[in-house]
Amino acid sequence: MRNRKRVGWHRYINGVVISTIVTALFILLPLYWLIASSFKAPNDVGTTQLFPNPISGANYSNAFVGFDFGIYFRNSLVVTIIATALVLVLGTLAGYALGRLPMRGKFTTLVILLMISVFPEVAVIAPLFLLMKEIGWLNSYQALILPYTAFNLPFAIWILRNYMLGIPKEMEETGRIDGAGALRTVWTIILPQALPGLFTAGIFCFTACWTEFLMALTFNDSNNFRTIPVGIADFGGNFQVPYGTIFAASVVAVVPIGILVFVFRKFVISGLTSGAVKG
Amino acid sequence: MATVSLEKINKVYENGFHAVKDLSVDIAEGEFMVLVGPSGCGKSTALRMIAGLEDITSGILRIGGKEANDETPKERDIAMVFQNYALYPHMTVAENIGFALKLRKLPKDQLNAKVKEAAEILGLTDWIDRKPGQLSGGQRQRVAMGRAIVREPSVFLMDEPLSNLDAKLRVQMRAEVSRIQRRIGVATVYVTHDQVEAMTMGDRVTVLRDGILQQVNTPQNLYDNPDNVFVAAFIGSPSQNLYDAALTEGARSIKLGSQEIPLPDAVRAKRPALASFAGRDVVVGMRPEHLPAARPGETGPTLVGEVELIEALGSEQVVHFTIDAHRVIAEGALEKDEAEAVGAGEGVARVEAKYPVKVGDRMTFAIDIEDMQFFDTATGLAIRG
Repeated sequence: MRNRKRVGWHRYINGVVISTIVTALFILLPLYWLIASSFKAPNDVGTTQLFPNPISGANYSNAFVGFDFGIYFRNSLVVTIIATALVLVLGTLAGYALGRLPMRGKFTTLVILLMISVFPEVAVIAPLFLLMKEIGWLNSYQALILPYTAFNLPFAIWILRNYMLGIPKEMEETGRIDGAGALRTVWTIILPQALPGLFTAGIFCFTACWTEFLMALTFNDSNNFRTIPVGIADFGGNFQVPYGTIFAASVVAVVPIGILVFVFRKFVISGLTSGAVKG
Repeated sequence: MATVSLEKINKVYENGFHAVKDLSVDIAEGEFMVLVGPSGCGKSTALRMIAGLEDITSGILRIGGKEANDETPKERDIAMVFQNYALYPHMTVAENIGFALKLRKLPKDQLNAKVKEAAEILGLTDWIDRKPGQLSGGQRQRVAMGRAIVREPSVFLMDEPLSNLDAKLRVQMRAEVSRIQRRIGVATVYVTHDQVEAMTMGDRVTVLRDGILQQVNTPQNLYDNPDNVFVAAFIGSPSQNLYDAALTEGARSIKLGSQEIPLPDAVRAKRPALASFAGRDVVVGMRPEHLPAARPGETGPTLVGEVELIEALGSEQVVHFTIDAHRVIAEGALEKDEAEAVGAGEGVARVEAKYPVKVGDRMTFAIDIEDMQFFDTATGLAIRG
């Protein structure tokens, strides 16, 4: 009778559930510690206190007032939103062309794109720095927007191309017969059906730009153009590291990504699994 | 409304594959023309060339008397229904139906009126605000039809529109598509691999094989007077029994394996050309319904076969039998498993429901000899006239 059916709460105890809970705790505990610590009074940060007592907003006000976190947040938003928008527009057009249009050298193009997408950032940082310096782009938004677009585009093109491959060709043919031009077909017929792919590519790109450190540190050292990751790293001085402020800033930095993923989670999941099975 | 005319149309793909060869067909105004043939015979390619979705390698396509080779699909004023319906999943039924009109910038009130009218014709009024994903297969099919008819095109093109439906719904939709086509009276080209669909729906049927036109005629004429062995085998279900046979001297009888079947004068009079095949091999064709069970004391020509399998359909029995003659199989005319089944001289006869017969019997069939068809063994062409 080894396979006796479990009843009551016993039926929820099995290897899969337990390992899921352990994994979730493994991921969530540091996040909890981050959020809880950010609400502690500055002097309580780093203690073993499990719950913030008293709950304090001092770290948050310190981040925004004392450390110009508002400027970094704005810079990150500008750079990330523009780069993501560019990646999605270009990625959609390129993905459509590579996925749907008859053209020569498709395979080579895709392989090159794949190679670029795994290229280590650190290998190009020095020549890019010299180039930026040469054209006077150091300490500007475009110094980050352009490389971010270039580095994230290949992955977005791959995702969007794969997604568009899955849309039946009759959709476009019906559009052609109905009298829709190429751009109209992409905009009205293909794009709405490729939305999950678009959201997936968008969120990946947004996250990558939002958290990028190396280029942001190298190209923009002026306080006015610093983004969140570099800004937070610079919170610490020679004699003191304001952990509470760093935690508070980190929580604020995580919020946009959390909102994005939460709002578009359904799309992202279907985007990631598209093409996995037929139909 | 317009005519469609194909004049020596060819399609050669970049890889050298010659999909359609010298296809010439004229489709009259309001005519329902069915293109039928086995998979890969070029019927869909021909349709797509008419639609403008494939380039024409050579030949002239005329729509409404005007050369249309270089016109875009839009300029050809056609509407097409695809096998998978190709409905826009993010649009409602109404938006799907009205999409082409919206592109034509038709005023909104007119657009709505036309969409409403089309929805009424197709019984879709209650589903007008639903998305395709919320509809059944038959309803989606009707939306695809609605999208086509609302544009009032000159020509209707349909590419196996019913093949995604289950058998029962397909029969129902067959009648519905025919009804709608008659109602709007637009020249229609309908592609299918299902010869039953072709026979029941078409005013005329074009049979294609390997990109080559085999025959164009009304369904009944195709059935009664096939031009060649392929058409004879392809049209009709169950398929026609085709055997290698030998005409005796003076064409007075045919030898079918070890059996000799006398040919009455009436048959020779109907087909004088048979005389020139006297003493030669021919292919003979007998439809299953032309092989009823022989009555006791039958005096006409008969055929004796060993019963292998009986399918009782209620209204009749389909009796599969074997004889010691070589069965002729026109490549592509039969489904693969059907072709394997008939490999060993198997024939099929339709016998009345109550006739007492069991597997293993040696059964005598009366031959409707006047309906027997004859083909030249060498060329496969019908021997007539």
